[in-house]
Amino acid sequence: MKIRHHYCTGCGHGIIHRLLCEVIDELEIREKIIAIAPVGCAVFGYFYWNFDTAEAAHGRPPAVAAAIKRILPDRIVMTYQGDGDLAAIGGNEMLHAANRGDNITVVFVNNACYGMTGGQMAPTTVMNQITTTTPYGRNIEDGYPIKVCELLKELEGTVYIERTSVDSPANIIKSKKALKKALNCQIEGKGFSLVEILSMCPVGWRLNPQQSLEWVNKSMKKQFPLGVFKDRL
Amino acid sequence: MTKKLLKGNYAVVEGALQGGIDAYFGYPITPQNEITEYMSQRMRAEDRVFLQAESELAAINMVFGAALTGKRTMTTSSSPGISLMQEGISYLAGCELPAVIVNVQRGGPGLGNIDGAQGDYFQSVKGGGHGDYRLLTLAPSSVGETYSMCRDSFDLAFKYRCPVLILTDGVIGQMIEPAEVDDTPLKKDKKVKDYGWNLTGCLGRERRVVRSLYMKEGALEKLNLRLAERYEAMKKETDWEESDTEDASLILVGYGTSARINYDAARRAREKGMKVGYFRPKTLYPFPSERLKELSGKANFLVVEMSMGQMVEDVRLAVSKDTHVEFYGRPAGGIPETDKILEICKKMTA
Repeated sequence: MKIRHHYCTGCGHGIIHRLLCEVIDELEIREKIIAIAPVGCAVFGYFYWNFDTAEAAHGRPPAVAAAIKRILPDRIVMTYQGDGDLAAIGGNEMLHAANRGDNITVVFVNNACYGMTGGQMAPTTVMNQITTTTPYGRNIEDGYPIKVCELLKELEGTVYIERTSVDSPANIIKSKKALKKALNCQIEGKGFSLVEILSMCPVGWRLNPQQSLEWVNKSMKKQFPLGVFKDRL
Repeated sequence: MTKKLLKGNYAVVEGALQGGIDAYFGYPITPQNEITEYMSQRMRAEDRVFLQAESELAAINMVFGAALTGKRTMTTSSSPGISLMQEGISYLAGCELPAVIVNVQRGGPGLGNIDGAQGDYFQSVKGGGHGDYRLLTLAPSSVGETYSMCRDSFDLAFKYRCPVLILTDGVIGQMIEPAEVDDTPLKKDKKVKDYGWNLTGCLGRERRVVRSLYMKEGALEKLNLRLAERYEAMKKETDWEESDTEDASLILVGYGTSARINYDAARRAREKGMKVGYFRPKTLYPFPSERLKELSGKANFLVVEMSMGQMVEDVRLAVSKDTHVEFYGRPAGGIPETDKILEICKKMTA
């Protein structure tokens, strides 16, 4: 299948899509997976995914996924969401799906800005980061970056929570392992799993691809340390 | 069929079960709490999906998820909650998904009150959410009809692949009266059907995408035209009830609770020698405009609503130019008075 990529040069979505698709093939679940795409750059995930996919309203994928999983418990139900979708407008749906322990997998791509709309402040924009709506840098009046993994690990309903990144080959390999573990968590019927992946948005950040990799490494990881936050598998 | 003493809100549940509901999602709000509460018992007892959502936003999006799988799904709420659901309803319409939404109307705007009202007519039949879509809207005026409309709504939703709205109100929801109910056992069909559009995992077929985002030039227009065609086809579902209209010089028009008051008023007007008829739309979209137009050559109309005048606009659009259309309404929990209706009847038939 030959399809022209719609993601920008240096964007992390392409890498994450590939990892996800590899894992889905390795687990042999392509024919039983139902994916929910967010509103944001990854709304077009289905350009590249060869499995059943639906768009959801902005922020609502966890609610949509929760219903599907309860109706079709033997299918694999996954949401793929950005930081605006998951942590801002969809904060409530995220929190309650996690707290109910819905047996779904959330792939959360954190690129510290609203990419699709041109790089505005996201709930995960780091302190002092310049965006189109924080032209002087994010300060305390704009509020603090939300730490999704740290927040969700406290909830009884969550089973597996990990934060990875795709800024280096080693971290890309770790991300793939995390995705596989998260989907396995669901396959085994264990409950709610989420992988947060720190990803690059060169256009949103006004940096070139190389600088973007460095920025993930230097600025994002300080705010969002990598690691396994919860593993009850 | 058996006659059973039933509360309006319970009739929603029993009707939905008879109609083959597979999954229910809801959030508490008065005056429809009995639905969610009773659903939580009945759905579990019947081994179907029940989930109390964290908000009406979540509830309607759970309905969206359930509808994606091709299962029969429903949510219920009351006016403020239905306002919150408008985004999700627009997405259901845009993605061409079948679902049933029940609005047990209460007073508004804002938090309003918990009395029965009819202030959501515009929201129901003129769009509500964003975009150029319509909802097949049914308006029961009794507990029995609440039951049968809820039962039949799923078939309609699947027939037209669109959300169906049942627009009732707090009076009918809270009322207990005898209702005709089926005595056939509930269907137990747990199989996942393939309709050619639902998502079940792509085993043995091409993958499917359900979406409402169409960026390619002309693609979204195509979707809208397809929807328009479907709304046109829906016209054959138009339904109403009328009595004493043949020789009437004045016809009382109302839906739901207002129609019950009209029915009584028309009967009393006849007793007083006034030639008054009664007309009740059972479908609000599609609206029985053609029948009203036919009747308008011979009679004038008095539209009665529990609002300050919403459906009256559709009556005015339907009738011929020289027809006199009066309006009488009481908003936000006020109940139209029969004596007041009779007073207007007297003036209009003089």
